[in-house]
Order: sequence, then structure tokens, then C-alpha cells
Amino acid sequence: MAGAVNLLVQSHPINSALSLIVVMASLAAEYLLLGAEFVAAVQVIVYAGAIMVLFLITIMLLNAGKEVRSKGSHVATLLGVPGVTIGALLVGWTLVGRSSTTQLVSIGALWGDPKSIARLLFHDFLLPFEVTSVLILIAIMGAVVLASRPEAIARDPRKDQ
Amino acid sequence: MEIPLSYYLVLSGILFTCGVLGFLIKRNIITIFMSIELMLNGVNLSFVAYAAHWHALSGQVFVFFVMVVAAAESAVGLAIIIAVYRTRETLNVDQVNLLKL
Repeated sequence: MAGAVNLLVQSHPINSALSLIVVMASLAAEYLLLGAEFVAAVQVIVYAGAIMVLFLITIMLLNAGKEVRSKGSHVATLLGVPGVTIGALLVGWTLVGRSSTTQLVSIGALWGDPKSIARLLFHDFLLPFEVTSVLILIAIMGAVVLASRPEAIARDPRKDQ
Repeated sequence: MEIPLSYYLVLSGILFTCGVLGFLIKRNIITIFMSIELMLNGVNLSFVAYAAHWHALSGQVFVFFVMVVAAAESAVGLAIIIAVYRTRETLNVDQVNLLKL
């Protein structure tokens, strides 16, 4: 099952938002297989719901067309190709060397029920949770300020009446 | 049915590598942003896989926090993209090379 998901994710191009939605959905299925039901639900709601809708709205709003191909710098090619090769060799060597001692994860191994997650979230991680709420608030205000037109902010609303 | 932990880690690494490649290769600013999201997803997958492996629930809470931060980041980032598009009339990162107008 993981291999099928692996293949599906491997062959997708990253150049469109729809394939990203496919990746999100398959990841949610993967979380469900691992037994993390809460994380799967949050993945679907937050990523496939909210963030992808934001992306699609922005794409349509700016009517983004085909991207223009441009040549990268020559130095990047010279340095990058050997670097990628060395990195891939290292990773492959590590995987081959360690594959005999790999551990097994059974499907549904995690007791990811919302009750215990909520206990953990609101007892042990209470301070980070509150800090994230402040972060979200700041992000909302920043997004509104950044995305609104500058003249709309500068204009005094009392003079419009 | 049991699946080796390394499969999940390899899948997570592939997702992260796709994100890095997209970040480096793509020239559309929205696509670059989407590849950042892909990298975050790869990291989330390894978090959940390790949480399942160690039978620790806090990994899932970290995934939750990562998702929250990703949502905030994407909201602010897309607002910045819209602002850049208003002033520059382009989405190509090669043409956005000045901080001032």
C-alpha cells in the first residue's frame, strides 16, 4: 500500500496545484493507515481545504499563465550536479547499509484518538498552543494589511461620507 | 500487516526532495510557494511515522503545530504575492529583483 502511494507521489509533477491536492489526499490516507485519525482529519481540513483554496484563489485572481523558462546560473549547474550526485550516493549507501536493521511499523499502530491528543495538547502543550493562536491572529492581520490596496488604507474613511 | 519504517522515511524524503527541486527550478512564485508546502508535508509524514514507531503521541501534536504555522505562513505569503503582483505586474521571480519600487 505504501508502495502504491509512493509511486503515485513519485510520478506527479509539482507544477500544478491539483497534483498537490492529490499529494495531500494520499498523505491523509497514509495517516489514516498509520492510525492517526486526528492528523488525517486536520490534514484534509487545513491543507486540502483551506490552504489549497487559498492557492487556487490566488492563481485565479492573478490569472497566472505559463511560466517563463529561464536559464539558471552556470556556477549553480557546475556545483549542483556533483553535489546532488554525492548526496544521492550518500543517502543510497546509508539506506542499503541500514536496511537490514530496519524496524517494522504495523498498520494502525498509533492510538491517535482525539481524546488523548486533546489531553496532550491542552495539558503539556498549552503554552505553544496559545502562542500559535497569537501567531494566527498576527498572520490574519498581516495578510489583510498586505493584500489590501495601499490607497484603501491611506484614505481616511471619515472623508468619504 | 507491517510496513518497514524506512518506507515511510523514504517517501518523506522523496516528498522533501521534490519540494527542494521545485523550489530551486521553478520560476513562478506561486509554484515555489507550493513546493514549500510540499516540503512541510514531507516533514509531517516523517513526524507521524516516527510517532507511530515510538508509540508517542506528541509527534502528532507537533504535526498539528506545523500545520497551523503552515496555514499562517501561506496566508501571509499569498498576501505578499498579491502585493508584489500589484506593484510589479509579474509573477516571475527573475524579474522581482529589487526591494524598492
